[in-house]
Amino acid sequence: MKSRTDIAVIGAGPAGMAAAVMAADHGASVLLLDEQAAAGGQIYRAVGSQKATGSAILGTEYYQGGALVDRLAASTVEHVTGATVWHVSDQREIGVSVDGAAELINADHIIIATGAQERPFPVPGWTLPGVMNAGAAQILLKSSGVLLPYPVFVGTGPLLYLIAHQYLRAGVPIAAVLDTTPRSNLCQALGLLPAAFREAGQIWKGLGWLKDLRTSGTTFKTGVEDIRINGADHAESVEYKIAGHWHSCSAESVLLHQGVVPNVNLAMAAGCKHHWSDAQLCWHAQVDDWGYSTVEGVSIAGDGAGIVGADSAQALGGLAALDALYRIGKLSIPERDKIAMPLRKIMSRQQPLRRFLDRLYQPAEQFRIPADPATLVCRCEEVSAAEIREAVSLGCQGPNQLKSFTRAGMGPCQGRLCGLTVSAIIADELGRPVQDIGAARLRSPVKPLELGQLAALADKE
Amino acid sequence: MTGAQTADAVIVGGGLHGLSSAIHLAKAGVEVTLLEKDRIGRHASSANAGGVRRLGRALPEIPIAVAAIELWHDIESLVDETCGFCESVQIKVAEDAEGLNALQIRSQTVCDYGFAHEEMIDADTLHSLLPEVAKHCVGGLIVKGDGHADPFATVRAFHRKALSLGVRIIEGAPVTQITYLNGKWSVKAGGLAFNTPHLINAAGAWGDQISGMMGDHVPIQAQALMLMITERIKPFLSAVVGAEGRTLSFKQLDNGTVLIGGGYQGRAELEHGTTTLDMRQLAANATAAQAIFPLMNQTRITRAWAGIEGVTPDRMPVIGHAGQSGGFHLFGFSAHGFALAPICGRVIAELILSQQTALPIQAFAVDRFQRVAEVT
Repeated sequence: MKSRTDIAVIGAGPAGMAAAVMAADHGASVLLLDEQAAAGGQIYRAVGSQKATGSAILGTEYYQGGALVDRLAASTVEHVTGATVWHVSDQREIGVSVDGAAELINADHIIIATGAQERPFPVPGWTLPGVMNAGAAQILLKSSGVLLPYPVFVGTGPLLYLIAHQYLRAGVPIAAVLDTTPRSNLCQALGLLPAAFREAGQIWKGLGWLKDLRTSGTTFKTGVEDIRINGADHAESVEYKIAGHWHSCSAESVLLHQGVVPNVNLAMAAGCKHHWSDAQLCWHAQVDDWGYSTVEGVSIAGDGAGIVGADSAQALGGLAALDALYRIGKLSIPERDKIAMPLRKIMSRQQPLRRFLDRLYQPAEQFRIPADPATLVCRCEEVSAAEIREAVSLGCQGPNQLKSFTRAGMGPCQGRLCGLTVSAIIADELGRPVQDIGAARLRSPVKPLELGQLAALADKE
Repeated sequence: MTGAQTADAVIVGGGLHGLSSAIHLAKAGVEVTLLEKDRIGRHASSANAGGVRRLGRALPEIPIAVAAIELWHDIESLVDETCGFCESVQIKVAEDAEGLNALQIRSQTVCDYGFAHEEMIDADTLHSLLPEVAKHCVGGLIVKGDGHADPFATVRAFHRKALSLGVRIIEGAPVTQITYLNGKWSVKAGGLAFNTPHLINAAGAWGDQISGMMGDHVPIQAQALMLMITERIKPFLSAVVGAEGRTLSFKQLDNGTVLIGGGYQGRAELEHGTTTLDMRQLAANATAAQAIFPLMNQTRITRAWAGIEGVTPDRMPVIGHAGQSGGFHLFGFSAHGFALAPICGRVIAELILSQQTALPIQAFAVDRFQRVAEVT
């Protein structure tokens, strides 16, 4: 692995692959660092090696990622797999571990393309064995063909329906689909629907999944207002409330999902400014329309700056690379702007659909801010919603101070899994906007790093 | 000036030293206002290793350190909470004959100064006390009855106690102007104005700015001192460990995590109070930890952070009277002030209430830098 590069790209999903290929095609030396064994990111995970499961289950759209993977393989990009990036500094220094050894790499420009992660879904029982995020279940399916037994799907959003549909196609009996989409969302989203029909194909595809699920005989409940997962040492049943009445169904596994949010840890630790998005209810990186961040020489492309979906992420990856090429002197402004035009068209075509989806599948407040005070929020340090509210009543004003009151966010995940919930609870308790409450300050290493690896860096120059 | 408020004492700085001064004064019935530019305990008071030690103190600091330890053993009577204080031994490890010799000289020097708390231990004792210490280590210097506390819990306890004693704490109020006239101090901060006969500068890394406004020149370097903590591992260490010839502070906490520091610096940005970590410096710190405790090799670091501390040229604090009467300084603890906070607040209270203290503080006088400046 080179220790210096023109452009370093972190993450090999649609945005990262597109950025790397675009940069290399215009003569930049490019290092693409990705944690997985193969390119593809989450959406196209293992697409290059996926033979076993097949398109009958995963769907044809999954295999579209293959073309980009092929272009990457044919390019001059140095693609390092199994590379865990744990540090990006505001001096364009990257700390990365590969095969148990850490390296510091300097880049003239860094493109962070760390994509999305699932929004936390803190309901009673969500930490029981047998409960996982639906996206995590999909990773199991894509990477090793594993399907979980007799699942209850709980939540809202296209990814939930897609995964349930993949299970249906695979012939796995589904215990139930419990849809938590608030009924009021549909009315508010309807006005955005006509414009979204510029991407009619995607809408029909999603409606097709829902129709298949509903006509398959699977229990499909809408308007779910509350959820609790029960079980002694493993999820056994799910209780759910509709129109004020509680019901119950048995389950062997529970797959939760209420949308995805940007994976911001690395960008935040690098010092990139973020702001609260009221439309997507999560932190967005403060970037210009090329993805350029508030830290010199650092861009953020794809879902990592704000959720856009795979096709737009791929376009944004290209845009970030074009701007980086201009900044390091490989392209002029007119050249950059000209090549960008078709990418911008993709963006503008996709935008109305995104607005519609954001509104329709905006998660309900009671699933973002736990109503049951006993619900665990920080899994690493086992801190409940009640403990966070108590800290606020004792004078805690924000997530950084909360650490000193409760240790919430101080575990190995550094708040990756609880950060949004923590900020939302504090904002709720204080009656102030989340923007004012802020996010917990993040520091390198953003992923756990063996002390021996860190020590070995002292000897390297 | 309209609307100036009065107070018996105004403290600038809401770190542990400011809070401790406030507590000791309020307990004696003094009406105190404390001004904090940011929020309570934001910097070195929270971001430190929580060491409560006499081991390795510069000679002039030993008497106050000894007095401080006594207060820590009964910290509940001062602030009603334990502050996470646990008594433990502090050990400085020697890795070779040269290091052992240096420790012996140190031990003798402390003894000659009239204190017997630093004792030599041989290799066998060292390895029985620290089963996981590196095999090559040949002995050490030990202090029994020292310990460590939880900085967060300590800040919280001191904050609560100050509030319960009626101290008026104003956060988000940076001091913009200080004037002295006819024995009265006037302070402007965060859009408010205060008049007081007693002004205490406990502004940490910003202490030079405040002392400058008070008419005393103190050269201070602001440093971003880094710390890192590991995942939880099986308990293997109850002592706090350092090493001769290395800068290292190493301890395992009750929850199994290991806290590693040693004064390695990141970058400090004083204007916004922010810090940036330096990975190469952190790597040097990791190297020191690994050399003394090889089992750390595979242990994962989960977090690192830094706090801003003020370091003086002789690495000793400024404690005592300001140049103008009614002014007091308490800052520049140069990365070893955490343990001294309970006692130093008492010293300041004594100076205000009875114009004297039984503890020797001449070495910490503010004019020592002025004298050096005049000579050179």
